[in-house]
Amino acid sequence: MTSAETPAIEVRDLVKIYSGHPAVSKISFTVARGEVLGFLGPNGAGKSTTMRILTGYLPATAGEVNVCGVPVASRGDEVKKLIGYMPENNPLPDDMRVAEYLHYRGRLKEITRRKLGPRIDEVLELCDLTRVRHRIIGKLSKGFRQRVGIAEAILAEPPVIIMDEPTIGLDPHQIQIVRDLIASLRGRMTVIISSHILPEIEMTCDRVLIINQGRVVAAGTPADLRREVFGQARYELAIAGELAVALPAALAQIDPTLQIAETGAPDAAGFSKLTLTSTRDDDLGEAVLRVLTAAGSFRVRSLCRIQPTLEDVFLAATRRGWELVDAPAPTTPTPKRTP
Amino acid sequence: MKHFTTILSHEIRMLLVSPSTYIAAVLFLTVMGFIFSGVLERYSAAAQETSPAAVFFQLFWLPVFFMVPLLTMKCLAEERRLGTLETLLTAPVSTTEVVLGKYFAAYFLYLLLWGSTGGFFYILHRFAGDARFLDFGPLLGGYLFIAVSGLLYIALGVFASSLSRNQAVAGILAFTLLFGIIIGVRFVGTMEVLNLETMQSLRAAIDYTMVFRHLEDFTRGVVDTRQVLFYVSGTVLALIFSILGVEAKLLHS
Repeated sequence: MTSAETPAIEVRDLVKIYSGHPAVSKISFTVARGEVLGFLGPNGAGKSTTMRILTGYLPATAGEVNVCGVPVASRGDEVKKLIGYMPENNPLPDDMRVAEYLHYRGRLKEITRRKLGPRIDEVLELCDLTRVRHRIIGKLSKGFRQRVGIAEAILAEPPVIIMDEPTIGLDPHQIQIVRDLIASLRGRMTVIISSHILPEIEMTCDRVLIINQGRVVAAGTPADLRREVFGQARYELAIAGELAVALPAALAQIDPTLQIAETGAPDAAGFSKLTLTSTRDDDLGEAVLRVLTAAGSFRVRSLCRIQPTLEDVFLAATRRGWELVDAPAPTTPTPKRTP
Repeated sequence: MKHFTTILSHEIRMLLVSPSTYIAAVLFLTVMGFIFSGVLERYSAAAQETSPAAVFFQLFWLPVFFMVPLLTMKCLAEERRLGTLETLLTAPVSTTEVVLGKYFAAYFLYLLLWGSTGGFFYILHRFAGDARFLDFGPLLGGYLFIAVSGLLYIALGVFASSLSRNQAVAGILAFTLLFGIIIGVRFVGTMEVLNLETMQSLRAAIDYTMVFRHLEDFTRGVVDTRQVLFYVSGTVLALIFSILGVEAKLLHS
């Protein structure tokens, strides 16, 4: 058995090339045991490819992948026992019953017959599938099918669970169930999920990895990412009065880095919406209000600090990724070949 | 090979609960019943030299051409089209186990269908009331031939299924391969060119692979190990290529 100290997943310089077209280029990351990692990225960013390589289903072109200290490339059979995987679009056989399917999968995953029965009951209960256990999978609604896929992934209680877009096509109630389910796995199992739904990732994941064009463009907790990508605090101010000259002066008085980033057109009541930016991380709201009301020449209607959503982070990070990709590659001197 | 029995029993179970199996079985038994009653009619009209079983098995290729593609075209192509091959191969299961499990499930059903034609002979035996009508030698030889040659035919069908994600393409490919090996070889054997002195070795090779000659030998009670070896080695080769076919599709996907 592998020691508990090794990270659950270790990926180093992973490269995957599909017939000359790079899908993943030099991705590196590690996932600690018991962590929930979110994979974010636009379509075709290389999320699914990376997950498939992690499971040993696809061979990598170059790089190293270890799951619980076991290298995927050379000991793929052992890795398959450590992973519960739910592929993209959740393929399921249409002509089997739910309990039957889980029984078959359980046997393939080497659960002993004696343990399998109670475990299936437990998993069905966890995923709220007990009502449909004798129904045929092909006749189930999308939400149920999705949960059958998740039930299958956690069936053998593997240390690592990889789910490719587990919440796609679910209604809010079912998303809540899946979210609670993932939360209940936290600490016991390492979970990697990919998703397009950003609030989803933000709520369930400890850490987020943003991938674009086969590269990691940002990584960290959602809070870290906000700070890293934007690097500044933003405020929204609705104000009326002399804005052109007096306001910048008043703002500079509060903090030298506080500046007006955008100025909107005044509305019917004469109030304009302004966006202020500052590199100061602590909240300047109180100081701004105090100074502006004390000045007397302004009428302030509202002031709030803008919390960038993960969506903003995602858009900014992937845009940054594009720039990274489009920029000419740094010219490195090619090593001369000696005959 | 731990999961071979799990996959095999699952596949057989899925075949037995699927309505298409029963439709195929009904079609098969209808066709075979017509052939059998046709044979009997010929025998009642005039005395014949050979036993009815030998004549019955002469037409084995007819059901093989439509049964084998129908039984095997689904096995790997459908899994790939639905994407369930991905879930299957990410479980601790090897490609070999998957291919062998599916192969033997299809072979089991093939034998089951052919075995059910034994009922015809039983009815003949029961109602003719004359032991002379039923010669057990050719009957046993015929079924043995079906079992041995079926190994290769089903393997070819599985191989065709491993190459495509489309069931229809897999079915047509299987049909073409079977046609080539059963009728094609016989056709090539009749070519004038082979009578040339320099073509002697090629002629010997073609004679060796002549399926109808094998059938004749089997029904006469001659079980030649060279012929059995031909089918077994062909089966092994086709299965190895099926396994490679599944894995190559992953490498180059």
